[in-house]
Amino acid sequence: MNLRRTAAMSRKEFIQILRDPRSLVIAVFLPLIQILMLGYGARLDANHIPVYVFDQEGSQDSQALLKAFQASPYFDVVTTVNNYRALVRAIDSDQAKLGIVIPWNFSQRLDDAGRTSVQALLDGTDDNSAQLAEGYAQAVVQTYAGNMQLDWFARYGLAQQAASPLSVDYRTWFNEDLESKNFIIPGTVALVMALMGALLSSLTIAREWERGTMEQLIATPVTAMEIMVGKLGPYLVIGLADAALCAMFSVGWFGVPFRGGLGAFFITTTLFLIVILGIGYMISVATRNQLGASQYALLVTMLPTAMLSGFAFPIDQMPAPIRAITYVVYSRYYVSALKRIFLSSAGLGDLVPEIVAMSIYAVVIGVFATRAFRKSLQ
Amino acid sequence: MYDRIWRMIIKEFLQLRRDKHARFILVVPPILQMLIYGYAATFEVNRVEIAVIDFDHSQESRDLLSRFTFTGRFEVAKILSNEDELKSLIGRSDIPMALKIEPGFAELLLKGQTAHLQVIVDGTNSNTALIAVGYVNQIANQFAQDYALNRLNQVMPAMAVSVPQIDLEQRPWYNPDLNSQWFFVPGVIGSITLILVVNLTAFAIVREREIGTLEQVMVTPIRPFELILGKTIPFFIVGLADVVLVAVVGTLWFQVPFRGNLLVLLLGVVLFLLSTLGVGLLISTLSSTQQQAFASGFFFVNPAFILSGFAFPITSMPKAMQMITYLDPLRYFLIILRGTFLKGVGFDVLWPQMLALAILTSVLLLVSVARFRKSID
Repeated sequence: MNLRRTAAMSRKEFIQILRDPRSLVIAVFLPLIQILMLGYGARLDANHIPVYVFDQEGSQDSQALLKAFQASPYFDVVTTVNNYRALVRAIDSDQAKLGIVIPWNFSQRLDDAGRTSVQALLDGTDDNSAQLAEGYAQAVVQTYAGNMQLDWFARYGLAQQAASPLSVDYRTWFNEDLESKNFIIPGTVALVMALMGALLSSLTIAREWERGTMEQLIATPVTAMEIMVGKLGPYLVIGLADAALCAMFSVGWFGVPFRGGLGAFFITTTLFLIVILGIGYMISVATRNQLGASQYALLVTMLPTAMLSGFAFPIDQMPAPIRAITYVVYSRYYVSALKRIFLSSAGLGDLVPEIVAMSIYAVVIGVFATRAFRKSLQ
Repeated sequence: MYDRIWRMIIKEFLQLRRDKHARFILVVPPILQMLIYGYAATFEVNRVEIAVIDFDHSQESRDLLSRFTFTGRFEVAKILSNEDELKSLIGRSDIPMALKIEPGFAELLLKGQTAHLQVIVDGTNSNTALIAVGYVNQIANQFAQDYALNRLNQVMPAMAVSVPQIDLEQRPWYNPDLNSQWFFVPGVIGSITLILVVNLTAFAIVREREIGTLEQVMVTPIRPFELILGKTIPFFIVGLADVVLVAVVGTLWFQVPFRGNLLVLLLGVVLFLLSTLGVGLLISTLSSTQQQAFASGFFFVNPAFILSGFAFPITSMPKAMQMITYLDPLRYFLIILRGTFLKGVGFDVLWPQMLALAILTSVLLLVSVARFRKSID
């Protein structure tokens, strides 16, 4: 590999990028839009769940319970309806995610039998939101019931029996307030990198093939290796700059903590970019067609990074065969490294398994990418 | 006129048939995406691995801990004997949750005081952690209730029966087992259609422009409007075929119910396809190279995807973001998809979505057609 020729290749590529203002827009705005969209849009916290209430009893007790729902930050009691049909309709038409029905004999059963019930009708379409709403509703009702029990014990002079036998103390590590933004945003850096790499490398090279300028390049004395390194080098630099931009935005704008080492961040990012760029390069060498290259690249870089890396969907909840596949998905290691670098102050030493796995990938992909091109030259 | 449009359509189909990449893109990625989403996209929380440290070794502590495995939500992966192990396990993110019971747990219970269960949670995945915490609360609550009643029962059995209790009876509708697949599979139909149709339309036009064949088409007697129809009708048909393919594979493979009216769904599909064609056309007027088309497409498709409510609920977004979602055609289509598949609701419930989608589609088509005519004049 001749350094001078490689540098010349890189310079040509850089000039080409700079001349096309759109490429610059892609390089700067795409990551920004991406991180803003995901930072604001990709939230899983269930707050302000719209609630419709059907209070069949309308007693003091039932009203007190409803007040407890109103006071909860997780629920917005939108309105009270006075028939079941209206409640059904509200859930059917997405106006309400939770419908609370207090039966007509709510306090009567409490007085007679000591035990009464409330109905929570949930829109189960979105199973995750439903599950969260269920947990919060349960907490509201149990807290209310607990207070009622305290009163009851006091009224019957059983105060010594009133102490709750068990309390749960939580210690939450790494994402202390359990905010979904801290969970999602670190992984978006991987998504942005996957997208940029696939987009830039696969399209620019496929374009040279489509336009026939690749033959001109081949006719010059540059070797296959030099073409690859020279072409991908600028994108690696852009990718690293974008990663830094994303990280700054995550921390400065969204307030995500960054507790780990910068060295670990840039080393893992470089390894990831090498793999992504290498894959994009191979695809464009193989397809020589921009539409094909872009769609294949999305399929092998974006899709696994979004779906199988643990970015949003927890790997341990996937069926066993899919879990096995995730070990082959290189993004898995990068996303796991990113989350630990941002949230749990992981340094290089803590990330040895991830770094080893990604290094193996980088070498293998690098070798294959050079080979792929050599073949197509013949 | 019909003859010219017809020939144009035949030309497009011939081109699609000869392009092996396009053929592949139309069939393989949609099915692959459907399968991956169906299997991997889940926010469910089952068999959470936990580590336990029991410093009390009493019957009471064992009773409490055994309740965790009994629910099936948790799986005791490690039984530890000292705190350092616990710290390193959680620190390395090897295990998402640990339970700790201090010595003297049973003694406090017996004295009628409050005993403590310490739960150490890795909050990195906030969603899993939140749901798991919900389960822990339920288990702990049940344990406390049982213990308190038992205690009262021994002192004064007559009173124990009348301790006030409230049960929350939960009825998740439409998806009683809260199965993630039922949520994601209808959504995938929408997202795949969006990505595929926008990209295909934009690329097809820009490519002709890039290669220079668009000019050749323009010197033929075809009129701009006929050209637009000739270019979009094939992608409409292809998009429709893909919707059917993905919907059939998704519902049969993952056994997602279809409870609504096919005609209502079809109306939604047609409106949505038209809006994606409008977007594709619009992007083609904004781009002179395929790379630009791809990037512009992404600037639209990606936000449209994230803001649609496909995976992330719209109600959880900041208010300003929620406003933007009203401009997203996929938002309305997803409500129509889930409404017809899971809720089984009809036009009487879905008409606002249909209306919004129709308005959005008309505006998109008007703007893009106007721009397209200008760009080829």
